[in-house]
Amino acid sequence: MELFTNQVLAGIATGAIYACMALAVVMIYQAIDQLNFAQGEMAMFSTFLAWQMIQWGVPFWGAFALTLVISFAGGVMIERLLFKPLANAPILTHVAGFIALFAILNSVAGLTWDFTIKQFPSPFGSAPFLGSQLISTHQAGMIAVTLVLLLALYFFFQFTRIGLAMRAAAAQPESARLVGINTSWMVALGWGMASAIGAIAGMMIAPVVFLEPNMMGGVLIYGFAAAVLGGLSSPFGAVIGGFLVGIFENLAGTYIPGVGNELKLPIALALIITVLVVKPNGLFGRSVVKRV
Amino acid sequence: MSALLTVTDLRAYYGQVQALHGLQFEMKEGSMTTLLGANGAGKTTTLRAICAMVRSTGSIQFAGTPLLGRSTEAIVKLGIAHVPQGRGTFTSMTVEENLQLGAITRKDKEIASDIERMYAHFPVLKQRHTQQAGTLSGGEQQMLAVARALMLRPRLMLLDEPSFGLAPLVVRDLFRILGKINREDKVSILVVEQNAQLALELADHAYVIETGRIVMSGTATDIASNEDIRKSYLGY
Repeated sequence: MELFTNQVLAGIATGAIYACMALAVVMIYQAIDQLNFAQGEMAMFSTFLAWQMIQWGVPFWGAFALTLVISFAGGVMIERLLFKPLANAPILTHVAGFIALFAILNSVAGLTWDFTIKQFPSPFGSAPFLGSQLISTHQAGMIAVTLVLLLALYFFFQFTRIGLAMRAAAAQPESARLVGINTSWMVALGWGMASAIGAIAGMMIAPVVFLEPNMMGGVLIYGFAAAVLGGLSSPFGAVIGGFLVGIFENLAGTYIPGVGNELKLPIALALIITVLVVKPNGLFGRSVVKRV
Repeated sequence: MSALLTVTDLRAYYGQVQALHGLQFEMKEGSMTTLLGANGAGKTTTLRAICAMVRSTGSIQFAGTPLLGRSTEAIVKLGIAHVPQGRGTFTSMTVEENLQLGAITRKDKEIASDIERMYAHFPVLKQRHTQQAGTLSGGEQQMLAVARALMLRPRLMLLDEPSFGLAPLVVRDLFRILGKINREDKVSILVVEQNAQLALELADHAYVIETGRIVMSGTATDIASNEDIRKSYLGY
């Protein structure tokens, strides 16, 4: 029983990270109807920036805040320079854009900081949380940071005018323009926020998976699985999906013989395919009816 | 009264297809003007051209400001509220959120009191203020669309087929409120209608469009009393 509780709690902790990645993916998907394959690499790059600042002697939370600001600006810039010009281009052009972004960020990170594995400090330490062996302080910290983030996002989208404008622009762009919303900037804002959310996920998971240019590959696939499971049209679903995938991953690794650590990733892919076949809109997504 | 809207030699294109062929008309401040004509005559396109939602050439002057070349959102900020066909309400959002979105470009402190004013015009919206707009009936959605447009405090409101798909009694009610808004709130209204009889009762000025050109203009009373026009263009 203790093993079970332990695995569930650990699953919630990593699930928090998947929830963040899924949320970042869903934000961009809502804005431009495309899956950002480079979301993980953007998060990885942000995490390297934080690491570099910490190496230069900036205290952790200072580096954390600065990284969020830079990541936000970077996300806006990527949209303005690369994806705004592609706004009316076919899907394949977007896919090529995402792959290019992926390759560029990955190689530049490798070139600047090389591919050796680096330690990333945890602001929470790794002692047992409240004297319990079930969960470490870092895992508890991951969950807490994610919950604060989710709460902040909820308030932003429900109770601020700019949040309302962003929702309107994503839901019905033409109507949004007719009330005077600059939808193009709302998309850029979405990119900035997705990039900053990804940076949080990166900085929280880095102490666990260690810092290196390919660290987010697996995490992003779990993030996709979470987004698909929750429904790509539902930010709330993406978050729930993240936690579910985290728990499922840990339990499968522990209890299904032969899965272990090596086969965890195929489980995420199997989950994506199963959801797409059985319930294509996910648990909380709305079915999209397109007019011909 | 001076001209609020002056349209000269307006040509509009959907891809290679030309929909307006040098349209010309003007609208006085404070008036309620109607554009009449058959299906495909270019009424909707005219409204879309004013809001930069279709590629067009020529000239559109709004209170002395040229509109062509501006973005839709910039035109809205000048004080032009457009209620498109199909209403343009945000179906997944609540009634109250829709009203707030109508005022999203405003920076003054009177938005909350304007929402109350809208509820006074349309009491049914107050009853449903936490309900998702998509769950309202057709008539209620049209009222919400008009209220949303008024939240901008527009100088000019463009209405595209407000009677479309509504029951006759609901249409009567809606037009009565539109007349009141036009008189009391001094909002100029340009309304496109298939229901010519009704539009002419309410409007003070009318233009008849045929295949992208104005073929007739005059006061609403003149147009309504001219039997030839009525029979050949308005079909009643």
